[in-house]
Amino acid sequence: MSAPNSSFDPVEVTPLHPDEVQRAVDEAVSAIATATTLDELKAVRLAHAGDRSPLALANREIGALPPQAKAEAGQRVGAARGKIRAALEERGESLSRERDERVLVEERVDVTAPWDIRPRGARHPLTTLQERIVDLFIGMGYEVAEGPEVEAEWFNFDALNMPPAHPAREMTDTFFIDSADSGVVLRTHTSPVQVRTMLTQTPPIYVICPGRTFRTDELDATHTPVFSQVEGLVIDRGITMAHLKGTLDHFASSMFGEGISTRLRPHHFSFTEPSAELDLRCFVCRGASVDNPDRPCRTCSSEGWIEWGGCGMVNPKVLIASGIDPEEYSGFAFGMGIERTLMFRHGVEDMRDMVEGDVRFTVPFGLEV
Amino acid sequence: MRVPMSWLSELVALPPEVGAREVAERLIAVGLEVETVDHVGAELAGSLVLGRVLTFVEEEHSNGKTVRWCRVDVGEHNEGGTDGVPDGRGIVCGAHNFAEGDLVVVALPGAVLPGGFEISARKTYGHVSDGMICSPSELGVGDDHDGIWVLPESAGLPGQDAVAALALRDDVLDIAVTPDRGYALSMRGVARECAAAFAVPFVDPVSAPDPEDASSWPVDVSDEVACDRFVLRSVSGFDPSSRSPLWMQQRLRLAGMRPISLAVDITNYVMLETGQPLHAYDRTRLTGPIVVRRAEAGEKLRTLDDVVREMDNDDLLITDGSGPIGIAGVMGGASTEIDGSSTDIVIEAAHFDPPTIARSARRHKLLSEASRRFARGVDSAVQESAAERAIVLLAVLGGALIDPGRTVVAGPRLTHVIDFDPQAVSKMIGLAFIDSDVVGYLEQIGCTISSGQGGRVLVSVPSWRPDLDVSADLVEEVARLHGYQHIPSELPPSPVSSGLTLAQRLRRRVGRVLAGSGYVEVQSYPFLSPRVHDAMGLPHDDSRRRALILANPLSDEEPELRTTLLPGLFATMRRNVGRGADHLALFEMGLVYRPGPGELHPHPPRPVVDRRPTAEELAAVASLLPHQPQRVAVVLAGERERSGWWGKGRPATWGDAIEAARRVADACGVSLTVVTDEHAPWHPGRCAALWVDDVLVGHAGELHPKVVAEFALPDRAAAMELDLDLLAPTDEVRTEAPRFSTYPVAKEDLALVVDADVRSADVAAALRRGGGSLVESVRLFDVYSGEQLGDGKRSLAFALRLRAPDHTLTPDEVAVVRADAVAEAERDTGATLRT
Repeated sequence: MSAPNSSFDPVEVTPLHPDEVQRAVDEAVSAIATATTLDELKAVRLAHAGDRSPLALANREIGALPPQAKAEAGQRVGAARGKIRAALEERGESLSRERDERVLVEERVDVTAPWDIRPRGARHPLTTLQERIVDLFIGMGYEVAEGPEVEAEWFNFDALNMPPAHPAREMTDTFFIDSADSGVVLRTHTSPVQVRTMLTQTPPIYVICPGRTFRTDELDATHTPVFSQVEGLVIDRGITMAHLKGTLDHFASSMFGEGISTRLRPHHFSFTEPSAELDLRCFVCRGASVDNPDRPCRTCSSEGWIEWGGCGMVNPKVLIASGIDPEEYSGFAFGMGIERTLMFRHGVEDMRDMVEGDVRFTVPFGLEV
Repeated sequence: MRVPMSWLSELVALPPEVGAREVAERLIAVGLEVETVDHVGAELAGSLVLGRVLTFVEEEHSNGKTVRWCRVDVGEHNEGGTDGVPDGRGIVCGAHNFAEGDLVVVALPGAVLPGGFEISARKTYGHVSDGMICSPSELGVGDDHDGIWVLPESAGLPGQDAVAALALRDDVLDIAVTPDRGYALSMRGVARECAAAFAVPFVDPVSAPDPEDASSWPVDVSDEVACDRFVLRSVSGFDPSSRSPLWMQQRLRLAGMRPISLAVDITNYVMLETGQPLHAYDRTRLTGPIVVRRAEAGEKLRTLDDVVREMDNDDLLITDGSGPIGIAGVMGGASTEIDGSSTDIVIEAAHFDPPTIARSARRHKLLSEASRRFARGVDSAVQESAAERAIVLLAVLGGALIDPGRTVVAGPRLTHVIDFDPQAVSKMIGLAFIDSDVVGYLEQIGCTISSGQGGRVLVSVPSWRPDLDVSADLVEEVARLHGYQHIPSELPPSPVSSGLTLAQRLRRRVGRVLAGSGYVEVQSYPFLSPRVHDAMGLPHDDSRRRALILANPLSDEEPELRTTLLPGLFATMRRNVGRGADHLALFEMGLVYRPGPGELHPHPPRPVVDRRPTAEELAAVASLLPHQPQRVAVVLAGERERSGWWGKGRPATWGDAIEAARRVADACGVSLTVVTDEHAPWHPGRCAALWVDDVLVGHAGELHPKVVAEFALPDRAAAMELDLDLLAPTDEVRTEAPRFSTYPVAKEDLALVVDADVRSADVAAALRRGGGSLVESVRLFDVYSGEQLGDGKRSLAFALRLRAPDHTLTPDEVAVVRADAVAEAERDTGATLRT
């Protein structure tokens, strides 16, 4: 197409004619507008803005023009290419945006579908309830004491003011190791831990003792031969039964809600004197069900109180056997069953659910109670 | 102790408006545990009348049963007789323990008996039975099913209301008596508490009898510690056919005892009233003086329940010239027992050492009404009065003549005196008491008080309160009578706590980590059958076979205590599978019991308790106990990652078990070394021993197929068990902050061909070692075996990440590290680079 630039006379070069340039722009703009995908737009770009596009070819002709015409044609072609670039850019952006939006729509999934690839685990509620109780007492300045489950009779009974022929031993049905004379039992309560603690620590002693305990009860809805207790022991100067009551009230309201208090009833335990049975104000009806047949309470059987545990002031005989001077120190102890606490706190109706290990029981309790 | 309100009201001047419910509440408030208030006879309704059996005809029926067709005179309720049949009503009765002329209880049509059982005239055995002749149990009194209730003549006249005549309605308090309150096993003791609770007068049914000059029957007490009081009194000419009055029968029944015969009923009645168990001998069957002594081992006695029992030399015996005639305080012998012909009766009222009786009762498994009282402590001053009360009743009700003379063998009565500071109550209870109130409360329970030194008082404890021993016991008496509800509520001074110990924190962490990894915690019983050791395939000399044995297991099948957590987990897994669970991951944490090889102690050490035990004594006690390590174990089966709409899941494998162990170790801040092992109950080719440094802490892997079959577990179940005590560091491990390079990483993948038995961990270790400090990590990402490698070869593909702390690695440096790593792997494991 090009001719030798042998003359200064303007040479009419068709592609550089304003009409041609305008036509190229119009064609390009139209093609750009009709491109519906980025791929189509890419083809349009090649055709109308590529190296072989009409305007690119026209551009090459400029060099052959006389100097005056060169500038004019250069401006014209440059402006035309700029328009096309702008149109391409605009269309490109719009198509990208459309594509991005379409992709997001196309990638839509059913988020209601399950994703239970990894089944959930859980800790046993007896474990976590025990921890919760323990944490409460740690906050009150206690430490956790533990002891063996296979225990010497001396710790389980003798040191707790239950000499060998004591009737209390008839009442606690004890598993004996090997023979009834072996001096070794499965501990029937966590109280031997109290003795162990007093023998190894000097007052002030503030300990909470959780653990597994054993009695020869057949498993049924309300009994299990293997159960857990948590006991508290405080030995210090000037400790009174009012301190016991205050501690239990704080315990009750922290575990069961503001205003839930405790009631002490005189009772007998060998290792405490005075001793008391411990009742918890029903945290469901708060006593409103008593003598009120219209509003019966299942949690407390409309008694208004729930039997919770036992407590008392540590018997001086136990202090003496544990090497603590009862003239200088006094103390209190309390204990309750964790199974029972779980039963009424969480509405467990059958003791067997807690011991059988059915995962359907445990999983809903998750990591904490 | 069952306490009829009608009886209690005779001994306590209760205000008339006070009912059983209020009495129960007050007694509970002072510490007597009233478990129930039984409204005996409350359900009785309609016409219950006395009736006299006029005639009866015995008829045998086709079902083999013989019934009596009776005419019964029921007074004003009679219907006119016709056709030569006498007046009264026709009633069919199945019992045979009555005669014509006997007085009985008749429920007329319309009457309602306990259980809502309504009586109507009904046709039976070919007659219209116009009512029912009742047994005591049908009337709700006692559990006597042996026949109908034949009443004494004194009961009343035909037609009279039976409920009133027989006192069939009464409220009964059922009190669970704690071991310290033996005195509450008597009407007298409960009445005294009740009087104190209501602050009303108490009528003591016991009074000291007149002295007697002579003795009754000769007695020799050879053990005055075990038997400090022994009283005998006797009667002659007792009419053995005389019957207990209705009021006595009814009180015995309400108290839960069965009327037997007048003489026996009197001994029981006096026991209920005074708390003093009595024994009645037929005097004609006694030979020579009564001797109270310890048994000789091997001596035998036929007790009155007709069982021949062999004595232990700790048993206290009552003997006469013929040998043993009773186990003191527990049960009498058959040879001297009174029976339906006895006319001359010797009554024994004794006081025994409580532990001696408790041991005998337990040894012979004879927990009688008497032994229950003696074991808890009987009033040591009531023997003469109780014996007197019994013989007076025998005389009045049974026509006996009281023999002169009373045998009393008694040591000096030592009144226990407690030197007591009345302010001890305020100090212990946290509530201010004035001394006079303290003294007042103590006097209410029968103490006598005299002043001591420096504001203290001397408290003489009454004979019926052997439980009052030290100051604290008196504090409790004052506190309970004053009322526990008055104790203020205040918190003790708050100490400082160092919180949980490291071991306690680690246990929580382990539990959370396993639960977070999808394991569900279980708590199994530690009781095992010895058969599980075989089922687990344990070698014969495996230490896990050495288990503690319970002397009294709940089930004879499971007498052992666990030495490993695995069988309990297996059983729980099987239970869950049986209930339809397919994919399970369970864990348990708890103690196992590992007895040492030592001998059992024939005489276990039992330090005294009136002082702190010595270090030697404590060591001796400690030596009784087995090692009780804290363990954690998991078992898993089914899919570890579930199949679902996303595709196929991943089955639980040996690898998951080992990974669980690693997670536990991580939680404890230690790292595990995994070593190939063969160890039951694991699959011999899929079992890892787990080490921390040079300590074996547990095992993990897939279970042996035989074990899976024996325990009926899902196929390919895997498990691990770790000893947490060994695993957990004794001291806190403080993690040092890592220092790491921010220069670019160089990634090198390489595949090595090794013999199939070369362990990947060894190859990885060699690569790391060979590569040196520039190796950041080595990770096995593919394992391949196939024909092109040849038999017995595996290809292990590793991804190495290399990085320098201070510059970007050059290609040359990377090439050197790679070559060094491969060279070490070749040298150490025989690996060849796969090209």
